[in-house]
Amino acid sequence: MLASPALSDLVLSKVDRRIYLTSHIVRISSTLEVENAGPETVSKVLLAFPDLQAQNLAYLMASPHEAKAKVKVSVVSFPIDVVKPEDMPPGVTFYSVSLPQGLTVGASFTFDVLAVFTHALRPMPEQIGQADIQLVLYQDSAYYLSPYVVKVQSLSLKLLDSRIESYTTLESTKVQGSEIKYGPYENLPAFSSSPITVHFENNLPFAIAQELVREIEISHWGNVLVTEHYKLIHGGAQSKGEFSRKFQGPSAVRYLVAHLPPRAHSVYYRDAIGNISTSHLRGDSKKTELLIEPRYPMFGGWRTAFTIGYGLPLQDCLYESEGRRFLNITFSSPMIELVIDTLIVKVVLPEGSSDISAAAPFFMKQWQETKISHLDIVGRAVVVLEKTNLVPEHNQYFQVYYKFNRLSMLREPLMLISGIFFFFVACIVYMHADTSISKFSASYLAKQQWEEVRVAIQQVHNIICRCLATHDKLEASLRDLSRTGEVQACKAARKSTDGLLKELSKELKPLMTFLQSSPSAVQVLSKVEELVAKERELLEKLMAKHSTAVEAYEKKSGARDIENRIALQQQKITALRQEVDDLLEFIDEI
Amino acid sequence: MAAPEASTAAVPTLYTNNTLRNAFGGVLSFFILLLIGVLAFSIRLFSVIKYESVIHEFDPYFNYRVTQFLTKKGIYEFWNWFDDRTWYPLGRVIGGTVYPGLTLTAGTIWWLLNSLNIPLSVETVCVFTAPIFSAFASWATYLLTKEVKGAGAGLTSAVLLAMVPSYISRSVAGSYDNEAVAIFALIFTFYLYLKTLNTGSLFYATLNSLAYFYMVCSWGGYTFIINLIPMHVLLCIVTGRYSSRLYIAYAPLVVLGTLLAALVPVVGFNAVMTSEHFASFLVFIIIHVVAFVYYIKGILSPKMFKVAVTLVVTVGLAVCCAVIAVLIALVASSPTKGWSGRSLSLLDPTYASKYIPIIASVSEHQPPTWPSYFMDINVLAFLVPAGIIACFLPLSDASSFVVLYIATSVYFSGVMVRLMLVLAPAACITSGIALSEAFDVLTGSIKFQLPGVTSNAEVDAGETSSDTSEAQTDEVKAEKPDDTSKNRPLKKSKKKERELAENPPAKATAKAKAKAEKKRLLALPLEASVISLLLLVVLGAFYVVHSVWAAAEAYSAPSIVLTTRSRDGLHVFDDFREAYAWLSHNTDVNDKVASWWDYGYQTTAMANRTVIVDNNTWNNTHIATVGTAMSSPERAAWEIFHSLDVKYVLVVFGGLIGYPSDDINKFLWMVRIGGGVFPHIKEPDYLRDGQYRIDSQATPTMLNCLMYKLSYYRFVETDGKAYDRVRRTEIGKKYFKLTHFEEVFTTHHWMVRIYKLKPLKNRIRGKAKKSKLKTSSTSSSKRSGTKKKNPWQ
Repeated sequence: MLASPALSDLVLSKVDRRIYLTSHIVRISSTLEVENAGPETVSKVLLAFPDLQAQNLAYLMASPHEAKAKVKVSVVSFPIDVVKPEDMPPGVTFYSVSLPQGLTVGASFTFDVLAVFTHALRPMPEQIGQADIQLVLYQDSAYYLSPYVVKVQSLSLKLLDSRIESYTTLESTKVQGSEIKYGPYENLPAFSSSPITVHFENNLPFAIAQELVREIEISHWGNVLVTEHYKLIHGGAQSKGEFSRKFQGPSAVRYLVAHLPPRAHSVYYRDAIGNISTSHLRGDSKKTELLIEPRYPMFGGWRTAFTIGYGLPLQDCLYESEGRRFLNITFSSPMIELVIDTLIVKVVLPEGSSDISAAAPFFMKQWQETKISHLDIVGRAVVVLEKTNLVPEHNQYFQVYYKFNRLSMLREPLMLISGIFFFFVACIVYMHADTSISKFSASYLAKQQWEEVRVAIQQVHNIICRCLATHDKLEASLRDLSRTGEVQACKAARKSTDGLLKELSKELKPLMTFLQSSPSAVQVLSKVEELVAKERELLEKLMAKHSTAVEAYEKKSGARDIENRIALQQQKITALRQEVDDLLEFIDEI
Repeated sequence: MAAPEASTAAVPTLYTNNTLRNAFGGVLSFFILLLIGVLAFSIRLFSVIKYESVIHEFDPYFNYRVTQFLTKKGIYEFWNWFDDRTWYPLGRVIGGTVYPGLTLTAGTIWWLLNSLNIPLSVETVCVFTAPIFSAFASWATYLLTKEVKGAGAGLTSAVLLAMVPSYISRSVAGSYDNEAVAIFALIFTFYLYLKTLNTGSLFYATLNSLAYFYMVCSWGGYTFIINLIPMHVLLCIVTGRYSSRLYIAYAPLVVLGTLLAALVPVVGFNAVMTSEHFASFLVFIIIHVVAFVYYIKGILSPKMFKVAVTLVVTVGLAVCCAVIAVLIALVASSPTKGWSGRSLSLLDPTYASKYIPIIASVSEHQPPTWPSYFMDINVLAFLVPAGIIACFLPLSDASSFVVLYIATSVYFSGVMVRLMLVLAPAACITSGIALSEAFDVLTGSIKFQLPGVTSNAEVDAGETSSDTSEAQTDEVKAEKPDDTSKNRPLKKSKKKERELAENPPAKATAKAKAKAEKKRLLALPLEASVISLLLLVVLGAFYVVHSVWAAAEAYSAPSIVLTTRSRDGLHVFDDFREAYAWLSHNTDVNDKVASWWDYGYQTTAMANRTVIVDNNTWNNTHIATVGTAMSSPERAAWEIFHSLDVKYVLVVFGGLIGYPSDDINKFLWMVRIGGGVFPHIKEPDYLRDGQYRIDSQATPTMLNCLMYKLSYYRFVETDGKAYDRVRRTEIGKKYFKLTHFEEVFTTHHWMVRIYKLKPLKNRIRGKAKKSKLKTSSTSSSKRSGTKKKNPWQ
């Protein structure tokens, strides 16, 4: 345990306290000059706070005075039990500060202590009307509470530039503008105190987040997504009486300002029932400023809940050292002058992370969870940090270290690709598989036969089409004849077409016999036969016409004469051709 | 198989060419359908892009809340859900009074996504359910029209349905209402009915009953199906089109469908008890009689048959008369003749305004105006008659169904503007048929006229946005007219082909001949065809432009967020959510909030507070109680609200910014509905010479009623004159105090005002005996008049 003589050995030769009451967070900045009057080297200095204050103490930091390098002295925030009850008055909590080096006998050391308190201002009266100003009460001691003798001390309270309702007057009390000064007092014994009370106007919004859940999700595809769920309450004087839109209450929380990191993008602001459209975003290279208005102006005691979210570029927050990656990001809310009663920070690491550890600048509860998100199989590791009673001073960087293999990134895309691939494969297999139950059922056989018939008919159709094409060739040769008068060429064309047509009719024969034999083709057989017959007829007519024309040319008859002779045949041919076309169309539609 | 293979080798090029073209057509129409689906989905996203991904309007909030409950508590809890946060103190059995189709659908989608580890919120799923189902609906339309007039008409109809404004209005992203899935179910049921009718397959008949079951789950409009299909069956029988296919299409639907429908708690025994379903049973009997007659006819010789007919008809008529008389007596003994109020107001459009003000007070139950037809179905209104004519050329079972569908839905849409939604698919189907036939004829005649020119038709066809595969093939035809023999349109899919082939060949031949004949006769002059084609394209373009405009501007607003565009940019009025957020964060979770029923669903869903009445207007008396409170003077209103354990009263007021659908404008309905149950509220008391006014000419009853006071309390402090921008007048009574209510919150633009009931004060007793006497006498007189009807007083 702490050596008891050390207590009396130290003397505070000078204490300078400044209490800032300019917001709803109370900041006490003290400059202490410690002198070792004892026989031994001392390395620890005790700070004392009354229990009432200590339970509101959110943040305590000691740093060497005027040390521009800002080497932060480690702050040990463990409360020490009262060692000697007869010596130590009850109701005091102690914190011990380890000095960078032991204080030798007779030496002195100056350092600053910053203590930040929440909920230290009490609204008085506790209920006010909507248009009334808000008065608050602050209580403290005019003398510095310390287990050591204090030689010289002074206290100053900085208020807002506003009305001071009342304050405790002691000896040597001065008011300078918005500043109240007590002291200097000299040579006060340990644990001396003299209560003072200041009652003054403070219309600053008392925004308190009763619960804030921050979720920081890392994606190695280049984004860090931050989502913050706030449950906000106005912690000032309760609103009473009738509401009116006309009066803008002076102490109402009308807006909140958040300073987001410089390259924040995709910022959103919403609550459980949708988007909240009253927000403004300004950005420059240093920071992104987000100004949000709650859905309604918040008067004393009113609550609201909302969510803000933003993305950060991965390279701004994620670094690598010694084979491990670490996330370096601010711990607390980006809102300015916001008190947070309970903060839960969840860092969601990518799936496949291992060897996880978190490093934070102050003590807090820590545990790990698993979260299953988009296309996860085993889930993502989540580091959860919880701390109560936070002030903006807590907004420091913390680190989460983990190991992650870059190849794990490809897992989910590959999963998707293979999923879709197998889907298509399954489709192809399904389309080609024969899913009928029985291969011998009548309907199945009939279906198969019908398929065969259909194929045959399709072929007949093709053949007829080719026949018609040859007919066209014949016609073309006739046209050439009328143009050039070369009878020989025409005759040659006819010969070749004759050959072709013979071949085609040979091809047609087996198909026709197949169709005639097939029982399921009965319905269409007549049609097909009609088609073939018609085609024959057409061919005959065409041949006749061709012969007539060629003959006429050989006889050198006049063009008009030939035309007259052909005209009649031509009519029949056109009619036949039309019929064949119709039949073809019908067969095609089968 | 050997023979075909051999010949395949003999004619390889042509054969493969044709199958390739078949495959190409199939793939093309598949991709067109895919694009139609994408179009149907994406045209409904304007609301998300312009506003946000949020649930719209009133009813969707209830559905959203039910879905949340379902996903949180599971299906069994859902069926047994007794909701005590609404209709206080009665509560409501949600599980038994809600059409569960939509909720179960969205819940299933959510569950599926979450089991695949895709953590979408319930809200997101709900917002996008409607657009997804519109894509399904347009595919179903394709299938349905394909059954009627082939794939080309199917694709055209699908395109039209994908962006018909009437349907868009009910299915934009966020419009999470029953109609969103019900229209798909409706079309799909009709498709399966026609499919069964065309194929005579029992498989499709079973599917049809299942689709009908889904429709019953989804929407009360299922009665339309169960009346339309019997009508069509009857039509077929009367016109001598009875066949076994008709029997297979109808009989299983009635048996299975009714059994399945009775499984839905909200329908239950209504499926056999109410008059809406009687038509189907009657036709069920008739079709059996007809089937029996056909069977007997087959057995007996014609002479014997005649004798039998005369015998049966005389006996049968007597029996039928007796049965029908009994039925009529039974039905007539019930006061509403066994019909629900909404159905009755369909048959008799004046019914609701005469007897049920609560149905008449809903704007979507009013008959539509002509401009709303143009707004909602646009050019389809002109194409529909052409489509009907096309359905008669030739008239088949399926096309007669479409004609019947359009005829009935036109009637229903004329009665209730909401049923425009049922008309929209019918209009799309007939217009699709009309457009497709027109394109067919026009491109056909261009091809006929111009065997040599290619570019013209090609350009035209290429321009049409509503191009179909039919037009596509026609285009190809026009391109290569020299070898027409090689290029044949691949109009029909495989199944259709088979079906056609199974027809008796003689009939088919006649049909083909008639078709060819028609083609020759219908060949229009070239210039006329080209110009008409162009005009059709312009018409289509006009429709597209209008639909996109409707989707983007007219129907995308979520109605809980209002926006106006002024000179200094977009102005957002988010007052509703402001008020609901305030309620949910700053009042006790068990407080009761009274408001007019319009805001009930939103209050329970967004603010999570108990309400007295909501949009499910199942208890007229309860609503009338709230209406009475709103139209009573302060003290009487306080008593009514106090007896209902109400802590807060919420009113919507648009006078400051000119929001027209506020409570003052709805007030006369409150008076009417209240007066319908509590006769001491008389409408004429609120009217000055038959005119509804709130200015200095207003009646004292009006100026002293609670609604007036809550709306205009301290309104004069805004501009000093108390000028109401909705009514465009200065209000009658500007300075007054509230004694029993206390303003606790008013939103930024004064659109929602919330008052708290003051606790009863002791001083009222001692202050004036006279006033006390007066109030007690009025309340007691009211009490005596209403004792039986209002249990809360």
